[in-house]
Amino acid sequence: MKPFEYVRADDATQAVAMVAERPNARFLGGGTNLVDHMKLGLVEPELLVDVTALPFNRVEPLPDGGVRIGAAVRNSDLAANPLVRQNYPVLAAALLSGASGQLRNLATTGGNLVQRTRCPYFQTLYTPCNKREPGSGCSAITGHNREHAILGASQACVATHPSDMAVALTALGATVRVLGPAGERVVPIGELNRLPGDEPHQDTTLNHGELITAVDLPALPLAKRSAYYKVRDRASYAFAQVSAAIAVDIHSGVVRDVRVALGGVAHKPWRAHRAEALLRGAPATEDVFRAAADAELAEAKPLSDNGFKVPMVRNTLVSVLRRLAREH
Amino acid sequence: MTRTNPVLADIAIHVDGDKRQLSVDTRTTLLDALRDQLGVTSPKKGCDHGQCGACTVLLDGRRVVSCLALAVANDGAEIVTAQGLADGDDLHPVQQAFLDRDGLQCGYCTPGQVCSAVGMLREVQEGWPSHVTGDLAAPVELTDEEIRERMSGNLCRCGAYANIVAAIREAAE
Repeated sequence: MKPFEYVRADDATQAVAMVAERPNARFLGGGTNLVDHMKLGLVEPELLVDVTALPFNRVEPLPDGGVRIGAAVRNSDLAANPLVRQNYPVLAAALLSGASGQLRNLATTGGNLVQRTRCPYFQTLYTPCNKREPGSGCSAITGHNREHAILGASQACVATHPSDMAVALTALGATVRVLGPAGERVVPIGELNRLPGDEPHQDTTLNHGELITAVDLPALPLAKRSAYYKVRDRASYAFAQVSAAIAVDIHSGVVRDVRVALGGVAHKPWRAHRAEALLRGAPATEDVFRAAADAELAEAKPLSDNGFKVPMVRNTLVSVLRRLAREH
Repeated sequence: MTRTNPVLADIAIHVDGDKRQLSVDTRTTLLDALRDQLGVTSPKKGCDHGQCGACTVLLDGRRVVSCLALAVANDGAEIVTAQGLADGDDLHPVQQAFLDRDGLQCGYCTPGQVCSAVGMLREVQEGWPSHVTGDLAAPVELTDEEIRERMSGNLCRCGAYANIVAAIREAAE
């Protein structure tokens, strides 16, 4: 690891200015991804600005019925929050399915969102990777690609975004509040992370020096009936092969409204707009659920080792929708 | 331009009840500061990447992996390691239960297991749900399934899991 300066920020505007003016400065949250990547030699910051002491550590109800989550709120606190458990169970469930108890006690809401989209080839310094070294090639496309993307990937990169929390936030249609050198702006969650295209080294649409200060959840009554289902290689403490965050409102056997997002399938949390469009207004039957899944998967492009993800997504969507429909 | 000289910082941390002052390289993890600079060797270095849990300590009362925490970022923190859990010669109930239930073989992961279990039982007391909790709004009942899920961040390569679960169940009663 290269030596670096460390500053514990007590003012958000100053923190942003400090990082913005130095190309090789980084914000430090819980450190569970950044410090690991510094140890691996993937990133070599010359300055870390610690933002965990900034006053962004509260979960507060908003006047419109939504909830504001401070960017420094730890994953464990967010999962245990009564408002979240009651009104957005999909978010609590997603958080609890991620990482381990020790990591959730460190990891922050903002840090979780800007963790690197990654794959094993990215994490080793001796194999080509366009994300780590633009133009060097993708080792996964012709290599081991069992856990990789089936939707929205490119010839340059087939890595997946590992966050569970972000999949739930994507289904909920959260908005991300960002502070930059030019002031505040609001980014819809679906526009925060990028598909790889020919610039897979850019995970997000944030500019250097922009800091996530909060995540706002909209008032969303249907989120009370929501669930997160994660399929993985072992029962706990593993990334998703496939996951689904679903909220649905069914009345008299008809889907009135629905939100669906998928994890483990793309370079970013994948909002399943096509499935949602097919479900909205349709009878809540297993045939419709399957047709919705197939609509979303129409453009899936599995790699040599991950063809199983296509039926796995279909089965996951159908079974979670069936379960939520039964609870109505 | 890449910096080449180490950057040092003076910090003070409370470790197992004692205030310790030290100068750390900013690159030093909390784990390395404890082990190499302060001689507190109960937290173990297993994977050094947050995956095995052998380095688990209680940081301001909560269980964390000390290998991914930077020492410089924890100036002023209160740290309890497995060797600070006992009250004189009286072992902490979780430590005693690990002995009584034979919750170890080689022992390398044990200090991390014990700290993790102590932190985990506090989380249960606070009413925090887990991935296997059926109703997120209901009170938590500490079943064996709950213990296994909540302890999944601590690996034991000897495979003493069955007795670790029994020890934690006993300590919780």
